[in-house]
Amino acid sequence: MSHRTFTHLDALESEAIHIMREVAAECTNPALLFSGGKDSIVLLRLAEKAFRPGRFPFPLLHIDTEHNFPEVIEFRNHRAKELGERLIVRSMEDSIKQGRVVLRSENQSRNPFQSITLLDAIAEFRFDACIGGARRDEEKARAKERIFSFRDEFGQWDPKNQRPELWSLYNTRTHPGENIRVFPISNWTELDVWEYIEREQLEVPSIYFAHWREVIPRDSGLLPVSHLVQPKEGEHVEKIMVRFRTVGDMSCTCPVASQAKNVSEIIAETAMTRITERGATRMDDQTSDASMELRKKEGYF
Amino acid sequence: MSEVKNIRRDRAELLRFITAGSVDDGKSTLIGRLLHDSKSIFEDQLSSIARTSNKRGMQAVDLSLLTDGLQAEREQGITIDVAYRYFATPKRKFIIADTPGHEQYTRNMVTGASTANLAIILIDARKGVLTQSRRHAYLASLVGIPHLVVAINKMDLVGYSREVYERIRNDFAAFAQGLRLSNIEYVPMSALNGDMVVERGDRLTWYEGRTLMDLLENIDIEHDVNTDDFRFPVQWVSRPQTEELHDFRGYMGRIESGSIRVGDEVTILPSGLSSRIKEILLYKDSFEDVFAPQSVTLTIEDHLDISRGDMLVKTDQQPQIKKEFAAMLCWLSEQPLDSQRKYIVKHTTRMIKGMVNQIDYRVDVNTLNHETADSLKMNDIARVVMKVQQPIVFDDYARNRATGNFIIIDETSNNTVAAGMIC
Ligand SMILES: Nc1nc2c(ncn2[C@@H]2O[C@H](COP(=O)(O)OP(=O)(O)OP(=O)(O)O)[C@@H](O)[C@H]2O)c(=O)[nH]1
Ligand SMILES: [Mg+2]
Repeated sequence: MSHRTFTHLDALESEAIHIMREVAAECTNPALLFSGGKDSIVLLRLAEKAFRPGRFPFPLLHIDTEHNFPEVIEFRNHRAKELGERLIVRSMEDSIKQGRVVLRSENQSRNPFQSITLLDAIAEFRFDACIGGARRDEEKARAKERIFSFRDEFGQWDPKNQRPELWSLYNTRTHPGENIRVFPISNWTELDVWEYIEREQLEVPSIYFAHWREVIPRDSGLLPVSHLVQPKEGEHVEKIMVRFRTVGDMSCTCPVASQAKNVSEIIAETAMTRITERGATRMDDQTSDASMELRKKEGYF
Repeated sequence: MSEVKNIRRDRAELLRFITAGSVDDGKSTLIGRLLHDSKSIFEDQLSSIARTSNKRGMQAVDLSLLTDGLQAEREQGITIDVAYRYFATPKRKFIIADTPGHEQYTRNMVTGASTANLAIILIDARKGVLTQSRRHAYLASLVGIPHLVVAINKMDLVGYSREVYERIRNDFAAFAQGLRLSNIEYVPMSALNGDMVVERGDRLTWYEGRTLMDLLENIDIEHDVNTDDFRFPVQWVSRPQTEELHDFRGYMGRIESGSIRVGDEVTILPSGLSSRIKEILLYKDSFEDVFAPQSVTLTIEDHLDISRGDMLVKTDQQPQIKKEFAAMLCWLSEQPLDSQRKYIVKHTTRMIKGMVNQIDYRVDVNTLNHETADSLKMNDIARVVMKVQQPIVFDDYARNRATGNFIIIDETSNNTVAAGMIC
């Protein structure tokens, strides 16, 4: 028999499990958003803890921009299969074909349009709750959001009029067409996520670890070279050791210079870093002071 | 099951606290200061708020911008809703909820307060104890926050005067005598300049007490949870019904208080049937004994009919079961209470119909006097008698936070309209 003490990770884990079970019990038709990224990988382990030996009482849903890193998509499929759970993928390509999403150029960032495909998927399957891996430490608008975040029939968040959320008595009630976004790891930080990944020995896509990659220094970030991103005139390509802190749209997600080859080295770097996760990696958040709040009002995660 | 683990209770690592008090007394600035001086602000956050401060023509960086994250908040320079922030020192991890001071947003303050171990009530040294300081102190005591720190802020604007500090401390202490607060600490400070927040500074030499950070890191919160009474509201019943798990019935939930061990006798309420704990499971682990606030899956020796909303308790630690009970109510909605109407009451893992049968009195938060009332409007606090359709299994809130609280939901709008504490 092994002994250990109850840590802050245990407290966060227990809170998240409790939240997932409330969703399962009270919502009619929930889904868990699984992208293959580290936060949703943690969600899957929490769901295993919440519901095993039974199956998950919800399917996994991925809104695929088709601008994802191939390693991440491969990982997503592999993990869903390993768990034996149902994975629904809705692709932005379909929304584009149907004229629901109109892009200015093929290579532009698709992140802002995810909301449209997500809202379509919610309508198609009549999901009344979507469990997501967003954390309050990521961004200042997220820091203001409830764990059970209510969205009206247009998918909109009204930050000035949120439901009070007392103790752990969550109000899960919705009218038809309305929807709740649920964030079980709201209170986790980037460091907590990596410490949990280490403790639970969770597998993550390879691009989270340091590797050689061709990048273009642009603005304050390092853009990864791909079929979507090529150097503009006057720019140069460098090959350096990098890792990704988030894995989003390839056209706007930047890696950071790193030597971290395994999870414990990532933890050491995360504890020392002086730049926030999104500040270092997401070009789309830097366009204005309120870009996340605006996107959330339109139905974003 | 591959592993058997025994988890020990140790020093509590995670402290949740709120900042509260009147408008503009420096709550958001204090949090900015705490984060800044504990080196928890990231460079890109600092440069972003520096840019915004500069655009507004301010000379120094406005640290309140760190938590006032909504556009409307930044435009108006006020806090509208709770913001959560996270930081850690080698001694503890902290979750801060920065709550709004405006009376209009009191319900958001209550949201932040309901999960806190500790509240910092700020007082502007120039203004002394205001109605809103009293309201928040009263709310903190009502929701049972065990520890209170009164931060007498903006000491720089009163010449760091010891007399001012002592006068406000005595005023507050006189008011607090009427509250159920055992544990009050007072700290003079300047959130703006950083005196007595993390560093002592050299302008408050007459103060010999601890800095705010010292208090936050060392206040004993181990005794905050009820460790006596085992309470396990069933959230979800697992019946996989696969070939190898044909007869498996797991009762899933979170231990809200107390502890339980394999072999213990439990009673299922409200049915009153008893059995013994067979296994305590979570994923691949199985445990000998577990305690609050662990989320687990329990199996029992007998086949009993148990569903969501039932509660497992230790047979020798029985709670109350009633359809009518007294409670303190905070009314949170713009729509006033309609005492003729049925509402939905959510208590532990149950949702039932109920109504406010009687209003005993409303509390004047300024004087703590009781006054008569026949309705309740937003931000009113009152003692009421509740009546619900089926009996609920509860403890008094003062004895057990998790089994003594409930919310009231409006069936038509689906809004949360009130928070209740059984007394
Ligand atoms: N001189 C001085 N000014 C302070 C101090 N602390 C805060 N202030 C100023 O007081 C004003 C209000 O500060 P905030 O931190 O926004 O106040 P708040 O309590 O969060 O306000 P609400 O959340 O809207 O209730 C700002 O202009 C601060 O710079 C202090 O210690 N000394
Ligand atoms: Mg504020």
